[in-house]
Amino acid sequence: MIIKTENNKAWWLVLPVFLLVAFSAVIPLMTVVNYSVQDIFDQNNAYFVGADWYREVLRDPRLHDSLLRQFIYSFSVLAIEIPLGIGVALMMPTKGRMGSLCLILLAIPLLIPWNVVGTIWQIFGRADIGLFGWALNALGIDYNYASNTGDAWATVLLMDVWHWTSLVALLCYSGLRAIPEAFYQAAEIDRASKWAVFRYIQLPRLKSVLVIGILLRFMDSFMIYTEPFVLTGGGPGNSTTFLSQTLTKMAIGQFDLGPAAAFSLIYFLIVLLVSWLFFTTITYMDKAK
Amino acid sequence: MISWMAWTLPVAIFFSTIGIILVCMTAYELYSPCVERKGFLPISTTRGDRLFIGLLASAYFHLTYVGLTDMSLWLPLGISVIWLAIVLRWG
Repeated sequence: MIIKTENNKAWWLVLPVFLLVAFSAVIPLMTVVNYSVQDIFDQNNAYFVGADWYREVLRDPRLHDSLLRQFIYSFSVLAIEIPLGIGVALMMPTKGRMGSLCLILLAIPLLIPWNVVGTIWQIFGRADIGLFGWALNALGIDYNYASNTGDAWATVLLMDVWHWTSLVALLCYSGLRAIPEAFYQAAEIDRASKWAVFRYIQLPRLKSVLVIGILLRFMDSFMIYTEPFVLTGGGPGNSTTFLSQTLTKMAIGQFDLGPAAAFSLIYFLIVLLVSWLFFTTITYMDKAK
Repeated sequence: MISWMAWTLPVAIFFSTIGIILVCMTAYELYSPCVERKGFLPISTTRGDRLFIGLLASAYFHLTYVGLTDMSLWLPLGISVIWLAIVLRWG
């Protein structure tokens, strides 16, 4: 029996990506690790401090609070945007001009830069000159995102939902369009209910796009900075100060490079773990089938 | 050229070790391609998966240790090396 050996030459094609990732991610990461174990005053004055910055960061209650807020925020975003995105995709027209119009309308929020989204909502939510804030107050709801924690959270979440649900909806829409018509015909012959069609045909077929949607939305919301920074500036108090804002204050505001580097690495490990858990769980569920 | 990276000896040793592990794993993979299998971990894994899980768990173990104690890092390092070997062999 002749065993054909695999040709591994195609791996050379990966080399440019490898070099690019090394240049843009691996080398900066190595630098951050070096910073995290030193007390750096300037380029010529750096003192090795071992794990001291990690100790300080891991025991800092401000960071515990912003980590908790970050998890609540990211999971709230997922809990709202994923079902809403699926719902919007299911309700969208499949053919004709209306279908194209819906796609364009959905894509518009995705094209707006983060700082502009923050500014739009900052004005939109104001009670004196913003339509949203003014309308809520006119309805008798005492709404002020600048002084009330609950209002600030609701506005930050609503802003994210407004900005990013479209992404989930567009991903789901493309997933739904990829389902062959024969599946729906078979369901019709079986007189399957709408729920049964969704549960046993559409949802399983959406799994791969949902993995991408969940991962993208989790990672993006976990690293959110610009929008809440522009909208609330992290307030009232520290109530909407998320991890990246705390990190930026530490690194740029206070110029504490060592603790900021240690904190970045902890942040990176959290993102890595949660993303890996999501990815493994969903791919393993696929394999178990 | 690399002075801006503010290299320290322990970090250089750390990254060199990771690099050597990756080179060895690649060579071993070419010599004997791995087959996905199930060990004591709840999911079936390849050799690369087990290395990733081992390293990630070691990082978290170190963070927990540093967060809770002021003792030397040699103990978690030793435990992590043993844990990595166990995961790669029986995971």
